[in-house]
Amino acid sequence: MAASSVAASELLHNMNKQIWILCPKASCIIRRISTTSSRCYSQPQRRAKSAPQQLVGVVGLEIHAQINSNTKLFSGSPVRFSAPPNSLVSFFDSSLPGTLPVLNRRCVEAAVMTGLALNCTINRKSLFDRKHYFYADLPAGYQITQQRRPIAVDGELTYSLLGGKNRNQVIRKTVNIKQIQLEQDSGKSLHDDVHSQTLIDLNRAGVGLMELVMEPDMSCGEEAAAAVRELQLILQALGTCQGNMSEGQLRVDANVSVHRPGEPLGIRTEVKNINSIRYLARAIDYEIQRQISVLQRGGTVQNETRAYDSKSGETIPMRDKEGLQDYRFMPEPNLPPLIVYGDNASLPTGTDACQAVVVQKIREGLPELPSVKRDRLVQTYGILPEHSFTLVNEDGLVEYFEAVLKATKKEPRKVIGWVTNELLGHLKQQDMSVISPPALAELLELQEKGHISSSVAKQVFQEMWRSSGKTASQIIQEQDLGLVSDTAQLHSICQKVVDSNPDEVLAIRNGNKKVLNRLIGLVQRETKGRADPVLVKEILQEKTS
Amino acid sequence: MLSLTIREVSLALREGRISPTELCRRCLNRIKKTRHLNAYLTVTEELALKQAQEAEARLLQGVPKGPLDGIPFAVKDNFCTENVKTTCASTMLRDYTPPYNATVVQRLMDQGAVLVGKTNMDEFAMGAGSTDGAFGPVKNPWSYAAPYSEQTGAEPDSDWVITGGSSGGSAAAVASLTSYLALGSDTGGSTRNPGALCGVVALKPTYGLLSRHGLIPLVNSMDVPGIMTRSVSDAATVLGILQGLDVRDSTTIPAPSSLTELPEDFDVKNMCIGIPKEYHAPGLSEEVIAQWSRVADMFERAGARVEQVSLPHTQYSIVCYHVLCHAEVASNMARFDGLEYGHRSEVNSSTEAMYASTRHEGFNDVVRGRILSGNYFLLKQNYQHYFVKAQKVRRLIADDFKHVFSSGVDVLLTPTTLTDAARYSDFTQEDNRTRSAQEDIFTQPVNMAGIPAVSVPTALSRRGLPIGLQLIGPAIQDKKLLSVAQWIEQRVGFPSISECRNDTRMIEREQTSAV
Repeated sequence: MAASSVAASELLHNMNKQIWILCPKASCIIRRISTTSSRCYSQPQRRAKSAPQQLVGVVGLEIHAQINSNTKLFSGSPVRFSAPPNSLVSFFDSSLPGTLPVLNRRCVEAAVMTGLALNCTINRKSLFDRKHYFYADLPAGYQITQQRRPIAVDGELTYSLLGGKNRNQVIRKTVNIKQIQLEQDSGKSLHDDVHSQTLIDLNRAGVGLMELVMEPDMSCGEEAAAAVRELQLILQALGTCQGNMSEGQLRVDANVSVHRPGEPLGIRTEVKNINSIRYLARAIDYEIQRQISVLQRGGTVQNETRAYDSKSGETIPMRDKEGLQDYRFMPEPNLPPLIVYGDNASLPTGTDACQAVVVQKIREGLPELPSVKRDRLVQTYGILPEHSFTLVNEDGLVEYFEAVLKATKKEPRKVIGWVTNELLGHLKQQDMSVISPPALAELLELQEKGHISSSVAKQVFQEMWRSSGKTASQIIQEQDLGLVSDTAQLHSICQKVVDSNPDEVLAIRNGNKKVLNRLIGLVQRETKGRADPVLVKEILQEKTS
Repeated sequence: MLSLTIREVSLALREGRISPTELCRRCLNRIKKTRHLNAYLTVTEELALKQAQEAEARLLQGVPKGPLDGIPFAVKDNFCTENVKTTCASTMLRDYTPPYNATVVQRLMDQGAVLVGKTNMDEFAMGAGSTDGAFGPVKNPWSYAAPYSEQTGAEPDSDWVITGGSSGGSAAAVASLTSYLALGSDTGGSTRNPGALCGVVALKPTYGLLSRHGLIPLVNSMDVPGIMTRSVSDAATVLGILQGLDVRDSTTIPAPSSLTELPEDFDVKNMCIGIPKEYHAPGLSEEVIAQWSRVADMFERAGARVEQVSLPHTQYSIVCYHVLCHAEVASNMARFDGLEYGHRSEVNSSTEAMYASTRHEGFNDVVRGRILSGNYFLLKQNYQHYFVKAQKVRRLIADDFKHVFSSGVDVLLTPTTLTDAARYSDFTQEDNRTRSAQEDIFTQPVNMAGIPAVSVPTALSRRGLPIGLQLIGPAIQDKKLLSVAQWIEQRVGFPSISECRNDTRMIEREQTSAV
């Protein structure tokens, strides 16, 4: 089934929570997406040598990605989110008798492009099938999908996650993609329990989906989350899916089971109703733990569909709507086999090359994929792989970083920490940025030119974050944070410090030069960190020699 | 005037012997007078007169749109017509009015043809008698013609014969001279069968040559809009207008060439006419066999080669047809759930309960039975045993035809039906499934193969009822097929119903219905 009805209300709920960070001047958008908040519960290396092996999680994913196209998969209706109910519905979408599907070439190209980006084999000939079930938001009583022969098969997705002691090691993993199939989305049902009514919105009915089936090659929520995040980045880079989970453009169902390594896979459950990557990780880890404790109590895991409740953080069994489903698959008789061509040379004579889907042409048009982008950033800016991983994983952060670089002469590897630590650290707490790239660049320039010390710079950054709109210079001026370089003033402060710390001065004079740093620190304390450190050192050296 | 062919009446319109509005009025009057036939479910009087006036304006200005400008036509009630009720003769769609025209209807209207009404049928085209619609059976116009009553002594009111089906209303409309042309649909013979029993030319074109967009489907992979006319030449004219690609139907194919007029003196010399031996089926009436031989002899005498050929898988066709048909029916009927359109039951205790009672109330037992068995064939555990096997046999049946045509046979000559039309009282003794299996025997293999076939009326039986023969041709050779059909038509001398009308009875009938 393409959609669950429970998701509808959840969707609305989440729309309000959606978090956008705007950097107006750089015209880039950053959205916080956490892929690193949870950790694998069951690492294989943790198991004891002789004791029975520990149960570990096995995770496979079924992902529905809404194709980013102007019109629906088989009709000319526009595709738009949050349009008035039933305003984007053609005769075909509402299954009026006598209407027929007409395949949207853009959707086929999107599926082929996605397949190529995921190293799939593109089937030159694929077929459409009808999958039958009665549901109020499925007007035809069947969904057109690709059951027998999907458009793309046998791919793989390489994704990375940060591991190691300090979580600064980039660990690469691979998950196999079984297939990508084209299919129609369903409409939405909104259940009004008070009046016991069901309201149907068919705007989404017939929108093109790519169903991606990821093999159970993952072992925990974090891996699944990282894989989905990578997929999301790829889809967004390709432009084949906008990938916004809260708008339902990317819907992930997780198949979760547990077993002891080397033994057959356990009975799996399907976890649905997950509408963010963060929840995906939590839902999977909860479900793995739940299954482990069921088994440890001597119970058995039921093969069932469970819904994730983001409020409680639990998965709960979904009421089985119709008991055992038999989808009664049948070839779709109104659509001839879908043929794609390898290259222009393989087009049959008389075929209009503009009307045909040519794999070679699509391959040539593939944009830079996230993994390539990460390597490029490492090479171009001399930053560390974990930095480029973080940059690329956060929406808009690369653009932010590059915009800062444009406005400052500071070296990239000195800027990166400001972006991945200071900025991101604040974003994690507040989810809202008011510091535009030029504003940050201004701050860094001031530091680079010696107007402020690095510790003051961090202080100013915090102040900029708090008082939106104020520039670094304004804050420095208002709070008198500028570096004190007045030699006379510094001489007097230093003298005061030297006078009141005779023991330290003696130690220095006796050859313990390290003690000088303590005096420097005292001077900085006097000046609230604003004293020019180079000058201070010179003066103190002079006074203690 | 009403008994003319399209070609003749088109000429009369151009020469000003009659105006489109006058012609339209006469047809509408005749529809009223023949209401007892139950051929029409909706008569589009207002629309027809408006269209006729527009045609008249064009004709007066000397700029007619084509040979169909101003010609009244009827459409089977499973083709969608914009703002005109389209019921499929089912309670389910009793009050359904589509917001668009089927492509074939639109193409006729674009040519200036005048829609006079929507014709009766078996519910959702499931039947071979036009006796299983929600709005009553269609009566064969020949029941009221002189030969039938004179030769059998039958009383038309009690002993009337069926039209065949499922496009019985369309066949009756053309045969009773209320329209010059009617669209039927042909899935297993639904155009050719009533065409033969009502004595009209009935063409089932090559699959894909005519758009199915707007035809409420029975079996998508076999459905073809059918053309019913009073002459083969008229059928060719209409085919020329309707054929060709439609972006709304991805299974359409380009027209092989713009279909020019059929040659008046087609030469059958050196042609090879195949007589499939498997079509000597049990139950085939002596009279039909006699007509079959008569026409075969005509070909032979004209210098054609007449050869017995074999289509060895024919005997399995009807069983496979039923499996594939029922499976697609189960699927196609799933959309009728009472939510978006159509009948909705009062039961509202749950969505499922509403579905169930809506579908129980909306469909007749034939439709429900096919939905049940179709779903059974599609069950995971049965799919390979039924659906896949039937598809494989379907391929064998299509290959049978291919082999025959590639071995030098130009067209096949077969009966269209086993017998002439049955009395309603006799026909309804058997259940729909048995009757469909009997009636579709000669017609449905063609649908399995997607190739063109045409039924041509050849003679009246001893009971004074029409007998038709079927010609089957290779894919996309519809024009050649029609050329051969016209050759037969020119030689068999099939009488016009207007020549053998039983005036007294008809007048009495008309008076009763007028009261």
